[in-house]
Amino acid sequence: MDISNVLIYLSGFIILAGIYGIFSLGLNVHWGFTGLFNIGVAGFFALGAYTAAILTSQTPDPQLFEDHLFGGNLAQLLDFGFDFWFFVGLAASAIVCAVAALIVGVITLRLRDDYLAISTLGIAEGVRLTFLNESWLANGNRGLYRIPKFLGDLVSPSNYDLLYALTVLLVLAVLYFIIQRAVNSPWGRVLRAIREDEMTAAASGKNVARFKIEAFMLGAAVMGVGGAVYTHGVRFIDPFAFEPFMGTFVIWVMLIIGGSGRNIGAILGAFIVWGIWSGTQFIPGSGGEARFLHFDLANIRYFLIGTLLIITILIKPDGVIGEFARIHTAIRRLRYRNLEHNPEED
Amino acid sequence: LRAFISEDNEGRHLLIHKDKLTEYMISNKYQPAVIFITSLLALALLFWVADPALIVNGILLGFVFALGAIGLSLIYGILKFAHMAHGDFMTFGAYLAFFVVSTIFGNKIIDSDGIGPFTFDYPILIAIPISMIIVGLVSVLLDFVIYRRLRMKRSNVVVMSMASLGVAIALRAVVRMLWGTQPEHYPRVSKMFYQLPLEIRIPPDNIFVAAISIILVIGLYFFLKKTRAGKAMRATSDNPDLAKACGINTERVVQGTWFLGSAMAATAGVLLAISQAQLLPFMGWKLIIPLFAAVILGGIGSPMGALIGALIVGLAMEVSTGFISPAYKPAIAFLILLLVLIVRPQGIIKSGN
Repeated sequence: MDISNVLIYLSGFIILAGIYGIFSLGLNVHWGFTGLFNIGVAGFFALGAYTAAILTSQTPDPQLFEDHLFGGNLAQLLDFGFDFWFFVGLAASAIVCAVAALIVGVITLRLRDDYLAISTLGIAEGVRLTFLNESWLANGNRGLYRIPKFLGDLVSPSNYDLLYALTVLLVLAVLYFIIQRAVNSPWGRVLRAIREDEMTAAASGKNVARFKIEAFMLGAAVMGVGGAVYTHGVRFIDPFAFEPFMGTFVIWVMLIIGGSGRNIGAILGAFIVWGIWSGTQFIPGSGGEARFLHFDLANIRYFLIGTLLIITILIKPDGVIGEFARIHTAIRRLRYRNLEHNPEED
Repeated sequence: LRAFISEDNEGRHLLIHKDKLTEYMISNKYQPAVIFITSLLALALLFWVADPALIVNGILLGFVFALGAIGLSLIYGILKFAHMAHGDFMTFGAYLAFFVVSTIFGNKIIDSDGIGPFTFDYPILIAIPISMIIVGLVSVLLDFVIYRRLRMKRSNVVVMSMASLGVAIALRAVVRMLWGTQPEHYPRVSKMFYQLPLEIRIPPDNIFVAAISIILVIGLYFFLKKTRAGKAMRATSDNPDLAKACGINTERVVQGTWFLGSAMAATAGVLLAISQAQLLPFMGWKLIIPLFAAVILGGIGSPMGALIGALIVGLAMEVSTGFISPAYKPAIAFLILLLVLIVRPQGIIKSGN
């Protein structure tokens, strides 16, 4: 086996696992730190991806960019020395998602947890349906293609994946440090207080609704960046990429398995689950006519992902890296002690 | 009418009183009557605005939703968590019936004329109870393996919801592994639609679906109101700890709920497959938002509410196609859901204490 083949496979793996790591980080802000049951990750995913794609691949002025009417690499025209549009795309995706999260959050964050889940699921489907049916906006079900490569003209196409893998890792690292700082600040402590007990946080004079919306916006912005990085990574997007399974549930499984409430766990979970997912893609399907015991093994990956989620919830609710387990048990013990003292409180 | 309200002071005064009266009546025992009359009025208004064919289709679609919504409402009311795998239980039930009909009975094409005006033959009527029992038992088993352990750990309802998502994914994968991803259908013969005036056409199968769902709603209503088991269920739904203290075996009640709810989901799946004339591994999951919309609209835990909610959601989805692209039908269900959550989260029918 050639070493360069291994490198190509590895960088392809890192690109997608890293992108899912970004989503997992964003979801960790929602669920791991604030306890918001958001099962509409796909909505922010789609918004971020489409924002970046529309911004970077369509030319605003046909006169100026005549040669690149159908989405050339705008960076070549701008003489900035580096790929300016990629970062514009990232920033714009983050802003669009944060604004969307603000709107969605004001409406839904005051709802009960389970209602919030159903609402976010519905919003994600709404976003997907809009991109699917409004063909003037993003070419409908044919999707957007010819999305430019980031720094595409710097290296030869065969080495491009390696370069992009490094980019993804860089973005992941930057986001990791930003989120790490945010959640370790006093602001982050309030989020954890809200997660553990909303009433107590409110009683301590914290504006719970406001903190929730801020956390929702931060997480959504991170997901938006993830969407933008995804766009430039696969360079072809259509609404089918944002169906609930690949857009939301896989990310949930990653976060839960890696360990929610801990950023490094979220990233680790993404790499583990993506390893399982891409490692099982070579299982052949049986094909042919569908009758009972058709036993299409290719679908066993879905089964694996679903059961992994259940098993983790049952056996190791804190995921692979369960550092927070200690704190959780301490809090639980404290609660039970309180219960023993005044049982009418329950 | 609008002119009258805005100009006449006296009239506005009267209206305020009327508001109070309605509020009083809604909060009281006249509730069903009020809801019945308002829905009739709304229906009359709809007939005036929209195409009658769409309205009839909407009601029939509502009956399809209703069957799934009743089971979901029951599970939601007693177990208190959003059961995300309900749609996939429907799919599973439909495919099990398909297995019974096509593999056990071995008929892939119907050679007889089917029963009466319907497109199916007697094997499906045998397949429905078999599929109900199997899906019910599977759900009780899943409860024993997963949800019971979470309950014993006193887990958050959100964690249970998440586990049900895992169940949904795994169950759908099982369906895809066993039966593939290509569309299937029950053996069927083509039958004439009923022709009504105003260019309304009704597939006879949908009459069957509507009849079954009305029977099940009424049956469940009386089961919950009159029988001991039903009363135990309602007691557990209201206050599990108190119910336990009164000597009700709440674990048994929970198992019963799973069995009943999932068996209804299985029926709903079969009838959905009959009315759509095809089976797909995704067909149940796609209904999850309309189902939740119906359940929350009707008030969690109330079978009658689930029926009314499902009818409203079905109607709204069909009627909306007269104004906007049919591709947005699922979004309409979601908009209703969002509206209800914001305006009246307890649903139109409060679950009676």
